[in-house]
Amino acid sequence: MKKPELDRRDFIKGAVVGGAAAAGATTAITPIDIAQAEPAPAAPTAAPQAAGYEFLNLDEAAFIEAMVDHMIPADDISPKGTDLGVNIYIDRALAGSWGKGDRLYMQGPWKPGAPSQGYQLPLTPAQLYRASIEAANTHCRKTYGQSFDRLEAAQREEVLVGLSTGKIKFDSGLPVRTFWTTLYQTVIEGMYSDPIYGGNRNKAGWAIIGFPGAIAVHRDHVESYRGKPFPSKPLGIADLS
Amino acid sequence: MTTKLREVDVVIVGLGWTGGILAKELTEAGMKVVALERGGMRTSENDYSLPNIRDELRYVVRHDLMQNTARDTLTVRNNPQQEALPMRRLGSFLPGEVVGGSGVHWSGHTWRWTDMEFKIRSNYEERYGKKFIPDDMTIKDWGISYAELEPYYEKFEYTAAVSGKAGNLAGTIQAGGNPFEAPRARDYPLPPLTPILASEMFSDAARNAGYHPFPRPSANASQPYTNPDGSKFGGCQYCGYCQRFGCEANAKGSAHMTVIPIAMRNPNFELRTHAWATRVNKDSDGKRVTGVTYTNVLNGEEFEQPASIVLLCAYVLNNVHLLLLSGIGAPYEPVAQTGVVGKNYCYQTGAGATLFFDGKYFNPFMNAGGSNATIDDFNTNWAFDRAPHDFLGGFNVSGGFNTALPIGYRPVPSGTPQWGTAWKQATAKWYQTAMTINASGSVMANRYNCFDLDPTYRNAFGQPLMRMTFDYKDNEHKMGVHAAGVINDIAKSMNPTKLNSATARTDPWTVVPYQSTHNTGGAIMGSNPRDSVLNKYLQSWDCHNLFVIGANAFPHNSSYNPTGPVGALAYWTADAIKNHYVKNPGPLVQA
Ligand SMILES: Cc1cc2nc3c(=O)[nH]c(=O)nc-3n(C[C@H](O)[C@H](O)[C@H](O)COP(=O)(O)OP(=O)(O)OC[C@H]3O[C@@H](n4cnc5c(N)ncnc54)[C@H](O)[C@@H]3O)c2cc1C
Repeated sequence: MKKPELDRRDFIKGAVVGGAAAAGATTAITPIDIAQAEPAPAAPTAAPQAAGYEFLNLDEAAFIEAMVDHMIPADDISPKGTDLGVNIYIDRALAGSWGKGDRLYMQGPWKPGAPSQGYQLPLTPAQLYRASIEAANTHCRKTYGQSFDRLEAAQREEVLVGLSTGKIKFDSGLPVRTFWTTLYQTVIEGMYSDPIYGGNRNKAGWAIIGFPGAIAVHRDHVESYRGKPFPSKPLGIADLS
Repeated sequence: MTTKLREVDVVIVGLGWTGGILAKELTEAGMKVVALERGGMRTSENDYSLPNIRDELRYVVRHDLMQNTARDTLTVRNNPQQEALPMRRLGSFLPGEVVGGSGVHWSGHTWRWTDMEFKIRSNYEERYGKKFIPDDMTIKDWGISYAELEPYYEKFEYTAAVSGKAGNLAGTIQAGGNPFEAPRARDYPLPPLTPILASEMFSDAARNAGYHPFPRPSANASQPYTNPDGSKFGGCQYCGYCQRFGCEANAKGSAHMTVIPIAMRNPNFELRTHAWATRVNKDSDGKRVTGVTYTNVLNGEEFEQPASIVLLCAYVLNNVHLLLLSGIGAPYEPVAQTGVVGKNYCYQTGAGATLFFDGKYFNPFMNAGGSNATIDDFNTNWAFDRAPHDFLGGFNVSGGFNTALPIGYRPVPSGTPQWGTAWKQATAKWYQTAMTINASGSVMANRYNCFDLDPTYRNAFGQPLMRMTFDYKDNEHKMGVHAAGVINDIAKSMNPTKLNSATARTDPWTVVPYQSTHNTGGAIMGSNPRDSVLNKYLQSWDCHNLFVIGANAFPHNSSYNPTGPVGALAYWTADAIKNHYVKNPGPLVQA
């Protein structure tokens, strides 16, 4: 098994560790952190994006990046998930009002309920994400000895199948299916929502399916393009503003 | 401390479709009207304009125009044995929370419900015998007739710019329209929308199977239009952003660009936004209501607005909730079957198939709210014999699109992986080359499907949430089997490359995903106070100066969308108030 190369998370953790040590702080430093403290060659170019996360911490960012690149690999249909900005979309959604539970009825008592009663956790979407990524990584470490982002493609695939079918159970008691549905929905949103939200970069998500975006007027097209492909370069809100 | 305000003639709770119609009609009749609307003001020019209105995430996924469940929601359960839990975010239905109500973000399908619904119990008993109706099915005649409502349907269709093709003009069947509709005095104000490929292909297949397809009547102006009140409509642009959006072209008939601005220009009218009605107040003998208590949600201040007439126009769910919170009428209890308020809550059912045609371009993103062709052969067609299928009610079947935005709609053949290159390939291949056929089915009232107040959970005003108990029963399951069969036969006859077949729904009703905002019942109309809350003028049997307007009045649900009769009943009630009630305040029907 080939070890995935050190990623920028290692680099940044290293930098923090170094900084803390220099300042004489007594932060507990694990051997893993120190072992990974050497700067990775690819890190400097990737670092600015990581610095742009509003909500995700380093572990979470690594998880989400690995997840969206596995779900949306680069191929002749589209760039990969992180190049579409799906990770950025998710970060912004979790940092924003939706992630903080806007419009969510948050009064107890809390009961698991029946599936037909819908979402019943005492967690905002951001809290759900945070706790679930931790639980998913715990599962990965237990099963493969590594966090999700360090797994090979076949292992990642196995984890996704486990999450989506509910075969994986989280030790923490969090319902796996609730996390999976939320995660899947936000990945889709990151591919297909307007680029103003940070995903669907260059409208490359819309380009996958030929969706014309915010274009307004099809009154004549209904007749002239009936049964014919509509040649559109998608337009987003920013293009029309 | 509650500030008591000066008495007005009429206070309206909720300024959506029904509130808007009554506000216009009653201010024009010279009455002083105050409307209390919990939401804020939004206008086409300022809010529903390009490019920002073209935002699926904001309007569809994040519910920008809709009820905020952090403040008030329902608790839900499938049966009385279950513990109800709060619907913590919107899902199955999406009530509005802005000036204009759900009428801003509806699709505009506008139907005339007929005597098949209004005389449902008599019809079935006469044709199939009393035993055909299960014991727990609490359907009843509505106490109103199609003939009484006909002119009011017309009034609503002309106000809302409904595009369609008459199928029955004063008894003469018209080619191309719905031959099963009840007779209408006039055609629709506007010709049908331009058909899209998917609806044309569906129509051909349905016709070949011996059915009677017609363009779905919709309040999407097929061309620029000025309605009888002078409200101006643009022509529909088939932009694909209809349902759940406000219309940038003012082509979708909505209260915020028709009746509400007319009321607003009338000095007899005052609108208070951000005003949340919490209670209808009764006088000491309980025979009249005295007004409405509300909270200014911008600062928490409480007011009492006295009025000679109170109109609840706050959508089905809030109308029933307000009655229960105010102790008006006896609350319904399903085990003993006593009381009336909360009774006969109904919803709708459905089934659907997706057809994949390699190489055929449907351009699903080009559609109007009502870009469907429909058949009513299993719905308003009384010649369709229900006995062999053993269900009451009916379903309509339609082909076409009325929304195909990509976060929500990316059809792939069943068995396609959910991620990875193979998934992307399938999404890319089929997004434009698939179409759908769907059935929408009626739901018959059942004694156990009802509303009451939740014993545990409260809203932001400290009041009990309303509890909804609902599930589909055998009747709906049998109908679903038949509907799926009809859909699949039509679909197969079209020879798609691949087909995701329709299946009958057998799982319980769930709060996710979106199904329809076609909730009905809970404060139903009828011909006597023992089994209804309202008389046929939607006037409370208990308090004669209280009218409760909306689909809450429907004793059961049909397969049609509700707003045709909701709008018609609003005009009908307005006439009853203007022409009869104010001259002689008291019960318009003797109990
Ligand atoms: C996505 C969607 C699509 C739809 N498509 C169709 C369709 O194609 N055809 C069809 O027939 N119907 C459709 N409908 C249903 C249609 O919108 C409603 O039937 C119609 O708007 C009902 O009118 P109403 O006046 O009863 O309620 P609304 O128009 O919803 O107005 C009620 C108003 O009351 C206010 N209110 C509620 N509670 C309070 C309170 N306590 N205090 C103050 N104000 C309050 C609300 O904020 C709202 O503005 C659709 C609905 C949705 C959500």
